[in-house]
Amino acid sequence: MTRAGSPTSERLVWMYTQMVRIREFEERVKRTFTEHPGVMRGHAHLGDGAEGAIVGALATRSEHDLVMPSYRCHGYPLVLGTPARNLMAEIYGRKDGVCGGFGGSMHLADPARHFPGTSGIIAQSIAHATGAGLTAQVKKTGQVVYCFFGDGATKQGGFYESLNLAAVWKLPVVYVLENNQYQAYTRVSLEDANEMAGDPLSQKAQAFSIPGKTVDGTEVLEVFEAVGRAAERARAGKGPSLVEAKFYRLSAHGNAITVPPVPTQFPEHEAVEVYGNKAEYAEWKLKDPIAKFRARLTAKGTLREAAAKQIDDRASTEMEDAVQFSLASPLPTAEDAVKYVYA
Amino acid sequence: MAREMMFAEAMAAAIMEEMHRDPDVVFYGQNMAMTERDPFLKRFGKERVRITPISETAEIGAGIGAAMTGLRPIVELYMNEFMLVAFNQVINEAPRLRYMSGGQVKVPLVLKAGFGFAAGWAGQHSNCLYHTMMGIPGLKVAMPSTPADAKGLLTAAIRDDNPVVYLHHYMLMLDKGEVPEGDYVVPFGLADIKRAGTDVTIVATAWMVKKSLAAAEELANEGISAEVVDPRTLAPLDVKTIVESVKKTGRLVLVDQAPRQSSAAAVIAGEVAEHGFEYLKAPVRMVTALDTPIPYSEPLERYVLPDEEKIMRAVRSVVSRQSAGA
Repeated sequence: MTRAGSPTSERLVWMYTQMVRIREFEERVKRTFTEHPGVMRGHAHLGDGAEGAIVGALATRSEHDLVMPSYRCHGYPLVLGTPARNLMAEIYGRKDGVCGGFGGSMHLADPARHFPGTSGIIAQSIAHATGAGLTAQVKKTGQVVYCFFGDGATKQGGFYESLNLAAVWKLPVVYVLENNQYQAYTRVSLEDANEMAGDPLSQKAQAFSIPGKTVDGTEVLEVFEAVGRAAERARAGKGPSLVEAKFYRLSAHGNAITVPPVPTQFPEHEAVEVYGNKAEYAEWKLKDPIAKFRARLTAKGTLREAAAKQIDDRASTEMEDAVQFSLASPLPTAEDAVKYVYA
Repeated sequence: MAREMMFAEAMAAAIMEEMHRDPDVVFYGQNMAMTERDPFLKRFGKERVRITPISETAEIGAGIGAAMTGLRPIVELYMNEFMLVAFNQVINEAPRLRYMSGGQVKVPLVLKAGFGFAAGWAGQHSNCLYHTMMGIPGLKVAMPSTPADAKGLLTAAIRDDNPVVYLHHYMLMLDKGEVPEGDYVVPFGLADIKRAGTDVTIVATAWMVKKSLAAAEELANEGISAEVVDPRTLAPLDVKTIVESVKKTGRLVLVDQAPRQSSAAAVIAGEVAEHGFEYLKAPVRMVTALDTPIPYSEPLERYVLPDEEKIMRAVRSVVSRQSAGA
């Protein structure tokens, strides 16, 4: 598989396809709140806007590398090959869900596809990914662990403890900081010392004497390049790196927290809903990573307009099928709730 | 074959033997294996035996991630209070990940920590926190009271496919006892009758087993025959053996070093109330620490903790009572 260096045309098209699939999946999750109220419970967090970071990073993977993100976790397994049907069914709490309805939106897992599990508590999964790196090192599997987390997590102790430990042990982990500029409802400029000083968040890497790089997360190829280098370094036994992909979350943090029977759905993005800043949101909407990549590929002739449309249509069909499949999937058997407590 | 060894040696033997048996077992923690002279490091090398920074969230969290992906880590945490700075990993990560994944992953992890130090360690290093952990589905809690159990339970913990909090009592570290050599497993969920008796059942764990046995010897001189039951694991809890014992004796005294409302005793009392009420000839008595933090100075500390005298008083009070029907 191609790592740092130029991806083939075929690979570029694959990348575009994955980005579109993620976006379409997230759109369908979001629409479920209005089209099928009551089908989804709890809290769902979307990765629209993060497609450049997710796909740019995962395109550098080797076949057996592990992927361990936080609770904003729908996109990664889609790229790894988990059927959209089983992911959507999990989010709908159905028997055919990838976790049988035991996890839901925040806790997707598909270990057979190198996606061991996710945590809903900020920064805690950074430590888990670090431990997966320990397994790779001790068992000499040659695996690299791709650890994804948001800007909010970089204010948590788990981030600092894990990166220090990974640096001390030279663990094969790539830490991908998805700076989507909002920690839940709080702007990064209100809570991050580096940001307030006008410095990139990747500066935190200096605290652990490991490479830190900030890239434009709306440019999938910039992410690909930086993460590719970090993965190569990890694979060579030189230890972890921190890559900050800076982009903009295009949906609100999550669906509104309501108490049943009050229905829930996605509010406007915090820029609008909380800060009343429509201009900011509109400006970032213009930097949509998918639109930018599509324009680039079609301009260069890598992808014809008709072929791009076909990819878009296929994603749309795939996710419509995932929704219909999940709506038809049975609910879990109640008595099964006592299963899986212990191995 | 058995050999006399100290509690601490018995634990080391279990780790040594399991690391020898299974290359996936790794062992790490703060302030351990600092020099080449360390026996674990010497035998198993620096890949599997590691020193960590003071980073409990990373230590325990990495243990979880390593366990999810194929290792069987033993994390040396020294004192159960140190888990508190990373309690999310202990309570809200390790025992939940398997369940949330619908049974797809397992987390074979041992969190090893001392507890209950009663030697002037004051408010923050003398505590008993097992009550919180025994109540978390998905987590197992082992608490040995003898060197043999220390080895057998630790071996079982390392072989278990679930996260196990293995708690060893500081005041027992130098105790000596016969320990079976070679492969020795004490299965979880199996209480042990440490002393047979007919008049009263005393259920105790760890250091309190030793104190209860001493109290039972004294009580024998007064003609009271006490049975001492050690659950050995609080999760799973062997309610059956406890209720069987109560069925025989008709009286129950629960001895627990934790404060009353965070004691395992309170949970066991509830189980016996539900499953053994008809056998009771007297109310259940709980001998626990007082509801205070642990004080520093010796007379203060002694006043707060259960001891032989308090156990004997409780036993005498239930034995002297006649049941309504008797």
